[in-house]
Amino acid sequence: MSRPLRKLLDKAGMAVCVLLLVSPALLFFIWMLSLSLKFEIDNGAYPPILIPDRFAWKNYTTIFEGNSFLLYFWNSLIVTGAATLFALVVGVPAGYGIARMRAHKSAVVIMIARMTPGLSFLIPLFLLFQWLGLLGTLWPQIIIHLVVTVPIVIWIMIGYFETTPMELEEAAMVDGATRWQIFAKVALPIAKPGIVVAFILSVIFSWNNFVFGIVLASRETRTLPVAVYNMLSFEQVSWGPLAAAALVVTLPVLILTVAAQRQIVAGLTAGAVKGG
Amino acid sequence: MSILTSSDRVVGAASVGRTKRLRPSYWPFVVPALIVVIGVIVFPWVFTLWMSAMEWRIGEEQRFVGLQNYARLFTDVRFLEAMLHTLVYTALSVLAPLVLGTAAALAFNTKLPARGLLRGIFVMPMMATPVAIALVWTMMFHPQLGVLNYLLSLVGIGPLQWVYHPSTVILSLVLVETWQWTPLVMLIVLGGLAALPTEPYESAQIDGATAWQRFRYLTLPMIKPFLMVAVIIRTIDALKSFDILYTITQGGPGTASETINLYLYSVAFTYYDIGYGSAIAVVFFVLIILLSLILLYLRQRSAWNTGDGQ
Repeated sequence: MSRPLRKLLDKAGMAVCVLLLVSPALLFFIWMLSLSLKFEIDNGAYPPILIPDRFAWKNYTTIFEGNSFLLYFWNSLIVTGAATLFALVVGVPAGYGIARMRAHKSAVVIMIARMTPGLSFLIPLFLLFQWLGLLGTLWPQIIIHLVVTVPIVIWIMIGYFETTPMELEEAAMVDGATRWQIFAKVALPIAKPGIVVAFILSVIFSWNNFVFGIVLASRETRTLPVAVYNMLSFEQVSWGPLAAAALVVTLPVLILTVAAQRQIVAGLTAGAVKGG
Repeated sequence: MSILTSSDRVVGAASVGRTKRLRPSYWPFVVPALIVVIGVIVFPWVFTLWMSAMEWRIGEEQRFVGLQNYARLFTDVRFLEAMLHTLVYTALSVLAPLVLGTAAALAFNTKLPARGLLRGIFVMPMMATPVAIALVWTMMFHPQLGVLNYLLSLVGIGPLQWVYHPSTVILSLVLVETWQWTPLVMLIVLGGLAALPTEPYESAQIDGATAWQRFRYLTLPMIKPFLMVAVIIRTIDALKSFDILYTITQGGPGTASETINLYLYSVAFTYYDIGYGSAIAVVFFVLIILLSLILLYLRQRSAWNTGDGQ
């Protein structure tokens, strides 16, 4: 075989490889978009239509009119925001403390928490929230989302603080700085990339969480995943609006994934964490 | 990966320990998180264990029954079937992503154009909201209107009943789980491939080894510890799988795809049989820990065999 031909074949083979790799993901999300932009007639057509003659933009407008979608969006924002923020506030110092004390055995608790199915946290905490009279507010969901967010943050921060150099901190210690000063002024600024990773993963896994919501959410306190699921089961909604709602729910996460794929990959391979 | 690094960290800590004298003063950093962990993680564990020894239904008097709930599990056909479904589902949901994820990692380890963007697209399924993608899969599985049966008809297969028939429902769900979690295996294995030395490959090239031989006798043994980590993580996640199963089938048709996790949900939050549900939760938890320990043990052994036992 001649050299240029072989090179060409190599390139073609590579292209096929790339296509094969990403096509399951790519085609799925393209089909999701297609479903969300078609009228019922086109969604029921056989053979299926990928690009319709006319787009059903109203699928998107109806989800914001009919249901209390904006309220659910707001609920999701509050639950994810509060659970992530709180996890960072307690988790970043904890990761620092564990890393500096080299108390690695304590991390086993975090590991086992990762193994525990979300449902087994739900039974006791559900009873507790009922007893405290918190059901019907967003508090139960904010609190139980800590089961997801706190371990993620602690785990990633332990790993990160272990790799940050000690020299600066030791120098500051010699200069008479207290541990809190060292943490706030020396360690924290260096750890910013690690905090970003912990923040992104915590947001994504909290946003995606479904199981806590189906048990703890009432009509007014649903988060988006629960709201979308309820569209399927209780209201006889057609495919178009349903796919549109599903896309709206997961779009923030998809954008974040592609935009911050470097941080996400770093965080996942360092911690391999997953919530719920 | 968590499991991999943690055991290594424990060993590392014992051998270094240079900041030992500073130990007590870092406690204030940890205390707030400790309170949270005790409140939302440790307390539920202990409380579940206690409830599992009670006859406890919502709205009724509670009474202590000892191990009665556990004894009931052995005669509960629905539980035993759920156990079987869980094991089959887990085995397949570990194996398929492992093979495909390793293949994908080998491809991603080459010089691809726009590698970052492609990797971003590739990991989208595992980051996307599970309920949202499950809804779309449900539409794709539809026997008459679904796109999957249309695609199969193009190559002359089908039509299949997918999640609507007991004989194909678990395989269909494994398909979704595989689509979703192959990227995680890919990332873990890719991490392993990035750390490989180049010398053995150069000498293999000189000796005229084929690509398959290089993979079988060089790459595979060297990435084995990473594969074991992928197996452990995948096993835990597949056992715990809930969102996809609940959204697409709710354990149906009938109870053909009901796993322990789904059964646990029904018992606790449909029948409100809290005591029995807690017993299932405890058994489920023990099953996960047991399988993880077995796999960890195997990993430790494989690490020693390949001589990188750290």
